[in-house]
Amino acid sequence: MTATEVERDEEPKVTVSVTIDGTTVEAKPGELLIKVAQENGVYIPRFCWHERMKPVGMCRMCLVEVDGIRGLPPACTMPVADGMVCHTETPAVKQAQDDVLEFLLVNHPLDCPVCDRGGECPLQDTTLAFGPGESRFVEEKRHFEKPIPISDVVLLDRERCIQCARCTRFADEIAGDPLISFVDRGDRTQVLNHPDHPFASYFSGNVVQICPVGALTAKPYRFRARPWDLATVETSCSQCAMHCRGALQSSSNRMVRLLAVDSDAVNHGWLCDKGRYGFEYVHSDERVREPEVDGVAVSWPQALDVASEALRSARDLHGAESIAFLGGARGTNEDAYAWVRLAKGVLGTDNVDSQLGDGLPAELVLGVERASISDCDSAAAIVLLAPDLKEALPVLHLRVRRAAIELNVPLIDLSSVPHGLSRNVTHALAPKPGEQGKRAEQLVAALQGDAQNDNVDPVLRAAVEAISGRDGDIVVILGRANLAERADATIQAAAALAGLANVKFLSALRRGNVHGALEAGLAPGILPGRVTIEHRDAVEQVWGAVPETPGLDAEGILRAAVAGSVKTLVLLGADPVGDFPDRALALAAINAVGTVIAVDGFRNNSTARANVLLPATMFGEKSGTVTNLEGRIQRVNQKVSPDGTAMDDWRIAGEIAFRLGDDFDLESVDEVTDELVRVSPALRGGSSKLFGTARDGIRIPVYEHAHELVLRDGAKGVLEGDGVSWEPIKVQAEVSPQAEVSPQVDASADVPPTSLDVPVLLTWNRNAPNVQLPGADAYSVRLVSGAALYDHGNAVNASPSLAGLRAVPKLLVSAADLQRLGVTNGTEVHVASAKGAFNVAVHAVRGIAQGVAQLAMGDEHGANELIDAASLATDVRVETIR
Amino acid sequence: MSKEVRETRIVSRRVREFPDDSHTMSRVLADGGYEMWKEVLRRADTQWIHDEVKASGLRGRGGANFPTAIKWESLPDNGLPRHLVINADEGEPSTFKDRLLLEGDPHALVEGVCIEAFRIGSHRAFIYMRGEFALGADRVTQAIVEARANGFVGSNILGSGFDLEIVVHRGAGAYICGEESALIESLEGKRGMPRIKPPLPIHVGLYSQPTVVNNVETVCTITHILKMGGAEYAKLGVNRSTGTRLAAISGHVKKPGVYELEFGMTLREIIFGIAGGIRDDKQLKFFLPGGASFQWLTSSDEHLDQVYDIDDISAKLGTTLGSGAIMVYDEDTDPLLVAWRLAKFYAHESCGKCTPCREGSGWLEKILYRMSHGEGRPNDMDALLDISAGISPDVLKAPFTQTTICPLGPSPVSAVASLQKWFRPEVEAACGVGVLT
Repeated sequence: MTATEVERDEEPKVTVSVTIDGTTVEAKPGELLIKVAQENGVYIPRFCWHERMKPVGMCRMCLVEVDGIRGLPPACTMPVADGMVCHTETPAVKQAQDDVLEFLLVNHPLDCPVCDRGGECPLQDTTLAFGPGESRFVEEKRHFEKPIPISDVVLLDRERCIQCARCTRFADEIAGDPLISFVDRGDRTQVLNHPDHPFASYFSGNVVQICPVGALTAKPYRFRARPWDLATVETSCSQCAMHCRGALQSSSNRMVRLLAVDSDAVNHGWLCDKGRYGFEYVHSDERVREPEVDGVAVSWPQALDVASEALRSARDLHGAESIAFLGGARGTNEDAYAWVRLAKGVLGTDNVDSQLGDGLPAELVLGVERASISDCDSAAAIVLLAPDLKEALPVLHLRVRRAAIELNVPLIDLSSVPHGLSRNVTHALAPKPGEQGKRAEQLVAALQGDAQNDNVDPVLRAAVEAISGRDGDIVVILGRANLAERADATIQAAAALAGLANVKFLSALRRGNVHGALEAGLAPGILPGRVTIEHRDAVEQVWGAVPETPGLDAEGILRAAVAGSVKTLVLLGADPVGDFPDRALALAAINAVGTVIAVDGFRNNSTARANVLLPATMFGEKSGTVTNLEGRIQRVNQKVSPDGTAMDDWRIAGEIAFRLGDDFDLESVDEVTDELVRVSPALRGGSSKLFGTARDGIRIPVYEHAHELVLRDGAKGVLEGDGVSWEPIKVQAEVSPQAEVSPQVDASADVPPTSLDVPVLLTWNRNAPNVQLPGADAYSVRLVSGAALYDHGNAVNASPSLAGLRAVPKLLVSAADLQRLGVTNGTEVHVASAKGAFNVAVHAVRGIAQGVAQLAMGDEHGANELIDAASLATDVRVETIR
Repeated sequence: MSKEVRETRIVSRRVREFPDDSHTMSRVLADGGYEMWKEVLRRADTQWIHDEVKASGLRGRGGANFPTAIKWESLPDNGLPRHLVINADEGEPSTFKDRLLLEGDPHALVEGVCIEAFRIGSHRAFIYMRGEFALGADRVTQAIVEARANGFVGSNILGSGFDLEIVVHRGAGAYICGEESALIESLEGKRGMPRIKPPLPIHVGLYSQPTVVNNVETVCTITHILKMGGAEYAKLGVNRSTGTRLAAISGHVKKPGVYELEFGMTLREIIFGIAGGIRDDKQLKFFLPGGASFQWLTSSDEHLDQVYDIDDISAKLGTTLGSGAIMVYDEDTDPLLVAWRLAKFYAHESCGKCTPCREGSGWLEKILYRMSHGEGRPNDMDALLDISAGISPDVLKAPFTQTTICPLGPSPVSAVASLQKWFRPEVEAACGVGVLT
């Protein structure tokens, strides 16, 4: 039985009949009239109503007539009821629409010719469609100071504002940053930020997008283009692993704007500011535009020859194991696949890792029961075993926040320090750093019946009570909450939680396409399609050969480099010196290794050391597919031509392979996709065509998610046969049961069939360490660290709009520890570990335990200068400066 | 004046009889105060309270005239805590009748609150006090302190097991907070803006819990109804307008002030009898029978002979008794100036939530300013009517319809409608219609 059928059994179809302008339609009871009308082809004009926010009925643009109701009720606050008869085009309604628009324009400056919104302005469009021809207003309009900044990025023109409260509601309801609100009254009513508190929200760009006039504008797009000059493609933002849908717009071969596209499955129409404005780095002057060998610009053939020769000689002289690949989480699935084929298939090394010591083992991420993002909405509970989602995966933060606030899903927190969702947590298990494994084991024991025991901690008992009686799975959001400790305690917690009967895991690894890279095999011991190297038959048929024993992960590679056994390092858009939690180790490795081949768009601490630097295309410059944290494959699309001579990664990998005597014979990105599908058991049923046509993409394993397919035109699709001969089929209610899409070979397919039997996908063996932490000495604090959203990476550094938003590093401690130090907030203190020491400002925050300190990773004075990758925890001394 | 007209003092008796110390606990106790509260606790019979109030026909004295007992009957029984909120945000121009009670007889309010809270099973009552009522706030707060000292409020009141806390909350000067849902928003600490209804506060009110919102005078009346008996109270007044109500009479009358009037008098009796007629013996030009928000009446016999009856006046003359304020203007008054001043108030006090009120009231004000200051244009009156129709589609009719969320929007429209109905020629003359310039 498919999920859809289950739903249908449990919820008998109950609808009400509503008549709109003479046509009777069926609707869900309680649904708002404006939405029912829209879904049935009747557009009722509106400004304040937004589908993802609660109705307020402020603008009065959607007034309609409803039989039996006196006056003109707004359709946006009117829930439909059985037998309701509504009229949207009567003279009274038309008159009201005329009146409301005339009112809205009374104080609107009508400066459309110089307004960024002109040409795509809902107020313009609605006036044209529904408004009066002219105004009788002869009085003086209201005046305000023209645009005032309400944050570093967003400007507000209060004269243009029509007081729809979309922005203020978004800030409060959706983002949880209620930093803008109405002040004053009457026609002086205006939106403002609070004095001395800018609208500093990670989500501020959304208010610009949902503003129905040009009142809110953002610096990056201000006066850059006119809407009618823009060219648009739909794509997926790949700044983090969420992959929000977006519409990427360019003018004169420059990307100028990324707008959010509403995907029910993923982003609900929102983007974070890093995603929205982070494309700027692509056009940065800092971009590497020509290939370089030892710092000298050369032609592509020369550079490729040098790189290939270096790899060939390394393999021939020192064996394939002397070559290691780091990175690859920033490209497309196709890029990752090409690199995996080069590393594992051509060169024969398994020393490949797309994570940089800040993730989790691929077996765990790929091998647990996976949750979808939407599963959070109907979860029995959400367990947070993850970094601060607001910093790591901002739009996932919004989804989880909504689940907790709007849908009352209990939020069980295994974090040791306060984070963006702390206020919404219902059950804080508050483990000490490194003890989340133990705490998770206690939770599992309580859930499995131990809760009756009187000795059980009341917090655990309350959590169990909250979960019991709720349908749905327990969704564990799984990531690295603390980079200052090894992953062991997290793995221990995951192993305990995986023992529950109804548990699913939602990965919270943050790097752009890290999940796509892992699915493609960019990890030691892993092959494309969610299998281990033991199941290498399918791949071997195409590749010829595959390494037989698992290689090293990032930490192992860096240690081997220091030890001298890894001599050649290929960096795929990776900066281990900047990003590996133990900077000293990464630096030693980079310096020790014989040859560095870097494929990147920028110079950084690691690529500065590169012998060969190959410029790669970046976001917006290439097409392909990406895979997000729930395993959803979506398209990214090219919008501009690459800067300089940059090449797609998959092409670079193919060129190198060709020079090493192995012709991939892949001529287009779609051919790479199809080869990836062919060798990937988990992608069975997919194809480049399918990935390009499915509106919201499709989750892996593809064949299991056929029933979720929605086509671009909104129709539902099904897979036929094994899906290889997939064709969009419009279906109304029928959904193909899963059994029908079990893999079968279809000889008529355009893609050659595979000879695989039922796929055996990776399952995690739940092997977990039992973490025994060393006791902290009384003079130290135990460090908790993670990456900030505005980190030191190129996407932030080289994007002018974001570069200024990076936070100054701060050591966060408890008030008690601050008192013990005898200093005040903001004082510089000296922090030291076995690995490093520096001065940093200290601040006390609420919710942090005594003996615990928080410090973000960073380029300078970050936690990565203190962390020792070998130790289970990082203890640092904090001393006052004399 | 053929017959003698006089006040019927029920809720205002104590404050009128003992103007010097009616607000003190000693006077109140000597005057039989809190006896009914003790009686209620002794009987412990909410149905009795309900039946008496229902029999009395008491209707809300805030201006909406909703039957108090019917409101109680709508309370949902959903296990949620219930709240009693007293609307003491009396902020409309010319309305000052609750102030008499707040300042003069705060214990009557406290006793009424206790009784009503007992009836609806609320353990927390909030008195939302207009911010400018400094003396009233002091007096009511003091009364609560004294009532607590005497065991009339607090926990386990007089050994009955009934708990009640009364909170005085002072507003910050926004007229809109007198609208019950905006009042609740403000009480919750939010910007005072009306909520979309339904749900009504009785179902989803303060903190999303069932909430009864009552006017000060209404609550004070309950005690007297129980004293007199509902049926006896219902004998006062006329038709469905039973009992008395406080009227605040102001303007060009000889004796402005607050008077407690039995329903059923004529407006002539009120203006010329109770209030002593027009000052300086001038002629009456027009008057506002129900506060600033409703349509005006003139000196015609039809209007002056109208009975002070909630339903009758709306049926016959298309206006209401509103907030209990009567504003009287003599022959020298420029109606345009009055309309402008009222519109200015509403434009200033519009909360800004919904478009027709926010933009419309400001627009009306701007036009009326011009008109009343010698810059009127010939088509201004028609523009006013057209703009008004955008706020209240049936401009001239009452009760009005509205495109706005709350009744604040149509309030200035009443002035426009009144100008149109009674003073169009005068207005046109002022705007240069028919005059060569």
